[in-house]
Amino acid sequence: MSIDLKTIKHISKLSRISVDEKKAEKLASDLNSIFDFIEKLNELKTENVEPLTSVAETTLKLRPDEVKSKNLREQIIKNSPKDNEDYFVVPKVIE
Amino acid sequence: MSDITKQTLSELVNNIKEKKLSSSEITQAFVDRSEKSKELNTYITEDFSNALDKAKKFDDNPKLDLKLPGIPMAVKDLFCTANVRTTAGSKILNNFVPTYESTVTQNIWNEGAILIGKLNCDEFAMGSSNETSFFGNVQNPIDKNLVPGGSSGGSSSAVAAQLTPITIGTDTGGSIRQPASFTGTVGLKPTYGSCSRYGIVAFASSLDQAGPMAQNVQDCALLQEVISSYDQKDSTSIDFKRNLYSKELTKDIKGKKIGIPKEYRVDGMPKEIDDLWQKGIEYAKDCGAEIIDISLPHTNYALPTYYIVAPAEASSNLARYDGVKYGFRADGENLIDMYEKTRSEGFGAEVQRRIMIGTYVLSSGYYDAYYLKAQKVRKLIKNDFDEAYKKVDAILTPSTPSSAFKIGEKTNDPVSMYLNDIFTVPVNLAGLPGISIPAGHDSKGYPLGLQIIGKAFDEQNILNIAYAMEEKINFKNKITDWWIK
Repeated sequence: MSIDLKTIKHISKLSRISVDEKKAEKLASDLNSIFDFIEKLNELKTENVEPLTSVAETTLKLRPDEVKSKNLREQIIKNSPKDNEDYFVVPKVIE
Repeated sequence: MSDITKQTLSELVNNIKEKKLSSSEITQAFVDRSEKSKELNTYITEDFSNALDKAKKFDDNPKLDLKLPGIPMAVKDLFCTANVRTTAGSKILNNFVPTYESTVTQNIWNEGAILIGKLNCDEFAMGSSNETSFFGNVQNPIDKNLVPGGSSGGSSSAVAAQLTPITIGTDTGGSIRQPASFTGTVGLKPTYGSCSRYGIVAFASSLDQAGPMAQNVQDCALLQEVISSYDQKDSTSIDFKRNLYSKELTKDIKGKKIGIPKEYRVDGMPKEIDDLWQKGIEYAKDCGAEIIDISLPHTNYALPTYYIVAPAEASSNLARYDGVKYGFRADGENLIDMYEKTRSEGFGAEVQRRIMIGTYVLSSGYYDAYYLKAQKVRKLIKNDFDEAYKKVDAILTPSTPSSAFKIGEKTNDPVSMYLNDIFTVPVNLAGLPGISIPAGHDSKGYPLGLQIIGKAFDEQNILNIAYAMEEKINFKNKITDWWIK
């Protein structure tokens, strides 16, 4: 299997990370060597194996639906990169 | 009083309880030594003056019945600490100051300990050498040119160099045990669900666990006792009966059955590692343990499985870093352009690589071939351990396939870097506890570690085995303080 530049561009779109030509080539080469290594899993027959989704073999606990923390607006906004009082500010999305 | 920073945690706690030392004296000693050790680059953020204030407050009103009374402690910069910058070793969180505290660190402060600073680590804990940190690599106090291991490299370096009496790291594929092995220190990765993940910057949520890193097994047991707790804020935290690990610690391991997995004798493993393992087997026998050969047949598939599962979970966890709500933001022409530039400039190369792998294996058309396949193999790996534990109480292996390597030696070859975790990764995949203890030196004088793997929730048992073997091994770390001018 080989991951080509077109695939790298596609993954970069999906992961919202911009890549230029040079970076794309480096990534393609790195990912190909990593996937060569991963291909080893195909040696194993796993048709009848149940996938393991969590090692913590407990059912999720339920709790009462109560408000425990409130009035956190200031704390939530505090680390936002653009100055504002009440909102997160982003570039304009509607013309 | 002899050099304060040379004392173990247990000695410091006793000295405080017996009022032979104050928290201010101890904190000042570790702050002074940390100040003189900047060359190691262990700290990302220092909190020395606050620490000294807190130590003074503690001395004014000492609470001596706590488990860590007035003890200064630096922690890995992956734990959110309220009002103290938390970066995860990344540019994207360079200016992030949490407004809340992780459960694990809160448990530590509740027992009287005092934060002195945040320790360097690989970016988002993705690395085995601390070289992916945005804040630069960390030096191993054993030798200037050596990596301290990773991802908890600042933590291992700080404990080995005695800049903090003890610390905590996190371990997703070996990030506590491998750096402990590289620096001649003790590191425990607890059972998945033992320590809360609340407030720890997430890497791979089905694998991440916090754990203690210490100079000896006794100290390690004490800190594990403090940090392990059931926490409603972490849905995978498990409500089981926790031992008083330090109080119940015993060297009596007579009759314990210890398994030796033949598949860990990997191709190309240096003879020194094999010899160390043989020595470990002899030490375990000397302690009265019974040695039993076992098989973990899917060991060779653990790393490829890990390099699907961990990046897949990371790509999902790291989607939150978009430059909108917190952290670094790069300006863009529109919203999408801002996201793409922020993430491209904010994440380092290794993190981008892993996000790309994760995105690919989860993308439409590839999910079954990669992610589902990996989850199935993960089940086979866990089944191997379940089978083995029908015959044995614990498993003994080397911690790493080599001693610490040189800074820059493996940075251009991701796969050779990943191979470092070959003995530690299966433990995370199966959710088991594992401890690395220093067990000898190679011909270059660099430390080597042995790993003891336990059954789920059986931390007490592996701590006991480690405690008994530690006495027989009688390891002495060779640190010359070369960085102190």
